[in-house]
Amino acid sequence: MTETKRVQVEEHILSINDELAAGLRTRLDAAGVFAINLMASPGGGKTSLILRTVEALKDDLRLAAVDGDVVPVDVEKIATQGIQVELINTGGSCHLEAHMLSPALDRIDLDAVDLLIVENVGNLICPASFQLGTHANVVIASIPEGDDKPYKYPTMFRGADVLLLNKIDYLAVQEFDIDYFRRGVEALNEGLTFFPVSCRTGEGLEAWYDWLREQVRKTTAGSAEARELVQGS
Amino acid sequence: MHELGITEQLLDLTLEHAARAQATRVTRLNLVIGELSSVVDESIQFYWEIMAKDSIAAQAELHFERVPGRLCCLACQAEFGFSAFEGQCPQCGGAQVKVVDGDQFRLDSIEIENEVDQ
Repeated sequence: MTETKRVQVEEHILSINDELAAGLRTRLDAAGVFAINLMASPGGGKTSLILRTVEALKDDLRLAAVDGDVVPVDVEKIATQGIQVELINTGGSCHLEAHMLSPALDRIDLDAVDLLIVENVGNLICPASFQLGTHANVVIASIPEGDDKPYKYPTMFRGADVLLLNKIDYLAVQEFDIDYFRRGVEALNEGLTFFPVSCRTGEGLEAWYDWLREQVRKTTAGSAEARELVQGS
Repeated sequence: MHELGITEQLLDLTLEHAARAQATRVTRLNLVIGELSSVVDESIQFYWEIMAKDSIAAQAELHFERVPGRLCCLACQAEFGFSAFEGQCPQCGGAQVKVVDGDQFRLDSIEIENEVDQ
């Protein structure tokens, strides 16, 4: 006979993704890689920021990038900088998921990488829900998008560790209340790291590079310490 | 659009728990979704009907319990609805708030049928 019953689950709906992401994090940590998940609206400046960052840091750090996209246009641009860049063809999906990142990591020699930049799909809503195992969520907002974005996309801004406000050179021609914008973001996200920048003029980018160098330094020191512990035991 | 990815994972999670309970059919999913989790119920239901079609959960009814977003001012402790939030506390103008409710994104339980020996 048929019996009906209720089974308690009480799990986060994306717990399968989150478990995979945790596995990827372990892999990155073991290789001493500091990884960022870069998110923004289309046209926010993800690729411009990557190009600038690679140019500034490639002599000091070993860099690699992964790009979630449907066409290899951005991948080709980034590859001109002479670093390894892997395309994850998202087939039109609006965000990256942990299971998509995993095979891209297989193609990268992680032991030979200090900083991995994961360029998520251009979108401010969807990527925020899916953890990738990266160490920091970096969100780019830009002046032309308007100062009300934190109020429209609270999830994205709440989950950000670092926020770059790009295209500050537009402040000369567009009204944008930076205080109102920052209030909206920081009200729900205390301790957020905030960099106003312009990828066009280069203004403000030094602080962003310094932040990245510092994270890589900490990661490398942490993984050296972990190795010593393993060898010492 | 991320509802497609979410539905895919929701189906996997459901089938995993259904298999563990030796279910022959899943009749209902009880979901708890907070206002701060941006998903559209109708969209999940739509994808579910396509994706679950050939599974034991094809006929499952998706029940969404919506939890309104609530914020609390760190300065004066006033609580207010997320819709009243415009970057500061509506009571005292405080700049720091925290989320006290409404960020749930959970599969609470599933209702299943299974065959039992007499």
